[in-house]
Amino acid sequence: MVERISITLKVNGFEETAAVEARRSLVDFLRHDLGLVGTHVGCEHGVCGACTVMLNGRTVRSCLLFAAQADGAEILTVEGLTKGEDLHPLQQAFQRHHALQCGFCTPGMILAALELLRDNPDPTDKEVRVGLSGNLCMCTGYVNIVRAVRAAAAEGQVR
Amino acid sequence: MKPAPFNLLRPRSVDEALALLQAHGDDAKVLAGGQSLVPLMNFRLAQPGNLIDLNGVRGLDQIQFNDHALSLGAMVRQRDVERSPAIAERLPILREAIEQIAHPAIRNRGTVGGSLVHADPSAELPLLAIALDATFHLRSARASRSVAARDFYQGYLITDIAADELLVEIDFNLPPANSGWCCAEIARRQGDFAIVAVAVLLDRASDRSVSFARVALGGVGPAPLRVAAAEEVLLGQRPGSELFRRAGDAAEQAVEPPADIHASSAYRRHLTAVLVRRALATAEGRIQGQA
Repeated sequence: MVERISITLKVNGFEETAAVEARRSLVDFLRHDLGLVGTHVGCEHGVCGACTVMLNGRTVRSCLLFAAQADGAEILTVEGLTKGEDLHPLQQAFQRHHALQCGFCTPGMILAALELLRDNPDPTDKEVRVGLSGNLCMCTGYVNIVRAVRAAAAEGQVR
Repeated sequence: MKPAPFNLLRPRSVDEALALLQAHGDDAKVLAGGQSLVPLMNFRLAQPGNLIDLNGVRGLDQIQFNDHALSLGAMVRQRDVERSPAIAERLPILREAIEQIAHPAIRNRGTVGGSLVHADPSAELPLLAIALDATFHLRSARASRSVAARDFYQGYLITDIAADELLVEIDFNLPPANSGWCCAEIARRQGDFAIVAVAVLLDRASDRSVSFARVALGGVGPAPLRVAAAEEVLLGQRPGSELFRRAGDAAEQAVEPPADIHASSAYRRHLTAVLVRRALATAEGRIQGQA
């Protein structure tokens, strides 16, 4: 019988309570236990950035954090960005500027971009590239991602 | 992959953590930010039976200056160092070093103490500990002791820390107030581990000769090191491009870097000379209050 740890946390504003195995990663908890499959699992060792979520307002690799460590925390995933049917301004900018093809990296990119714009509302191209350097994209060549982030910044609607 | 099963132990105080370390010793690992340990666990290169999570321990996150040192708690997040206005003003080389560690999401979680104890030979914080002659404060349920950085790093991922010991605090000694500084590295991509990394500090006397010089290197051996031969070239001499070239050559002569999948030994030696020369030129330009 595997020992389980009781946790209570807020995910996208909703309180969740669960009993998890110690080795359950946060990303597996989000996907398998809560059904929030918007957060993607890529490399599982902190390199690709696909699993990026926010923990208490700061981006983290959810493959490098155990769900038990998020006890009492507030988590934001890509699902928490939309208001009903309305996409978040960053999501709209990504759509408008063709900043995704396969979409695998996109949830992580959006969360990383959100942190970047909260810290630096009007970044240069270089600052966007450095800010997103921990998120790998195999399709776009990054050019349209940088464009989308700068467009979202210029519109000034990102909170 | 997924990590092997383990017990997650969640102490609330340093004393509780030390008692757990004493009880579990060799079959326990300390979890700080988890940005190096958890990948190793996910690959099952590390399979500790017990994980002692320091994230709930109070009192390990202070950032404090006194007259001669910056004292950091072991659980200070790298991102908090990066964002500290006091550190940007009084020890800017530390900020420049930390900005080169991986990526924002990694630094949000990664800790000062975790990187220092993990002891990757290419990592920025161990390099800075060597360059700034840092002091490591270790505690165990048995005793407390302090170790100089040069004695702490013993080999590839090997430090002087015992299985029941915990790094609780580190003191980075402050260089002369107006000295110039530079931490630079060559990596294949932004945020990758450095192939070679260098940290230099430089100050001048009133006659413009070099009065203080530190040259430290990472990525060129099993642990970061200071290059006395390069410092001796600099001390007492007038700074300039010719002097910096000679210091770079002296550093290149002093190291025997390993060859691996990332770079040959010869390439690392070449980078050593180039980086030391460039970093010294940058540092000279940052010396405050010069004529």
